[in-house]
Amino acid sequence: MTRVVIIDYGMGNLRSVAKAIGHIAPAADVVVSSDPRDVAAADRVVFPGQGAMPDCMRELDLRQLRSAVIDAAANKPFLGICIGLQMLFEHSEEGDHPGLGVLDGEVRRFDNPVDPESGARLKVPHMGWNGVRQTAKHPLWAGIPDEERFYFVHSYYVVPRNADLTAGETCYGAPFTSAIARDNIFAVQFHPEKSAHAGLRLLANFIDWTP
Amino acid sequence: MLAKRIIPCLDVNAGRVVKGVNFIALKDAGDPVEIARRYDEQGADELTFLDITASSDARDIILHVVERVADQVFIPLTVGGGVRAVEDVRRLLNAGADKVSMNTAAINDPELVARASGKVGSQCIVVAIDAKRVADRDGQPRWEVFTHGGRNATGLDAIAWAQKVESLGAGEILLTSMDRDGTKSGFDLALTRAVSDAVRIPVIASGGVGTLDHLVDGVLDGGADAVLAASIFHFGEHTVREAKERMRSRGIEVRL
Repeated sequence: MTRVVIIDYGMGNLRSVAKAIGHIAPAADVVVSSDPRDVAAADRVVFPGQGAMPDCMRELDLRQLRSAVIDAAANKPFLGICIGLQMLFEHSEEGDHPGLGVLDGEVRRFDNPVDPESGARLKVPHMGWNGVRQTAKHPLWAGIPDEERFYFVHSYYVVPRNADLTAGETCYGAPFTSAIARDNIFAVQFHPEKSAHAGLRLLANFIDWTP
Repeated sequence: MLAKRIIPCLDVNAGRVVKGVNFIALKDAGDPVEIARRYDEQGADELTFLDITASSDARDIILHVVERVADQVFIPLTVGGGVRAVEDVRRLLNAGADKVSMNTAAINDPELVARASGKVGSQCIVVAIDAKRVADRDGQPRWEVFTHGGRNATGLDAIAWAQKVESLGAGEILLTSMDRDGTKSGFDLALTRAVSDAVRIPVIASGGVGTLDHLVDGVLDGGADAVLAASIFHFGEHTVREAKERMRSRGIEVRL
């Protein structure tokens, strides 16, 4: 039985992630844990989260989870969601704070985005269902149509230093990276656990994924 | 491109979905889980549950409802009604809500918005504003914030209050016209436009939907980011899919 550990560092609603994975993989052993030993023993790791980058990093360190997350990102199927994507990078504009530095690049705030066609001012946070263009083939996109919509809610987005990292792109004023892939890591800015069928499919693909 | 959202609203009383006009003559409309699942299948973008349970004994039933719905429906869930403290927010989120909406408590204690968004993030905090048009000033329309189903005036200007809650950390505004609520005569479009233009956060238009074109108008004329409706969906007059098809035919980006 595959053991999926959802890393709990005290930020955000992890229950919905656990429920969604339990729904698509009833045979999986899904555990929400803040214990670094559980993360080390997991077959697969989900790194979710909501909230501000400085708070998330602080809470992660308070629970002594930093090295467990970095280790998991180095050697097992690893799914980052929302702030769990952003924290993998070197630095965030949010609170001018360093991230984990697993991936090269930075996290920036949407700066007065406007619709390129109408010139209309766009709201921040970017909240709702937006399309994801699959810029790279990946097993986690299996069975999901290109440009499928997923549910987003965020004010910051990642800018990888190496464009090859980008696996999905979304347009909000301008295109931004909404999914990244490298080796055993896949991470998304949107919330698959709240993205109806497409999101459940992506989670199922993650459970089946052998990087 | 980001889609405009359609959000069915479910009034929940002691664990059952009910529908009435202005809180009078509540009719049973069914089991929250069944209705939530049906709307999900029709393509609803989010769901909003408003707990209208009056009895404090029955208050915690909403937590159980949220848990049951979140077990089976994987789209964003907002819950409002009776939220008074950060602890209430936390309990609803732990039960499976994604966002929590507050109304009267935010008026009584605006710092609650700041404390709650500081704790759980702005993206989880919706402030519901019930507004009524009052006498114009200098030829400009004015709307005042009311509580208790439009009975109690607060003295707050609706636009100024929307800007205030944005500055306190609200992530979204649920804007209801108390003049239109239950009338099926359409949103108060001037109100919707005025608030949407005054803030940078998304605005959900609510109150008065009677036809699918009212939803279209809320987006095109009101500038709403999302539209909320209850009765046109509950009693099978229209499906969410029909609403989206109408919106798309009028050039609005929707998720279909």
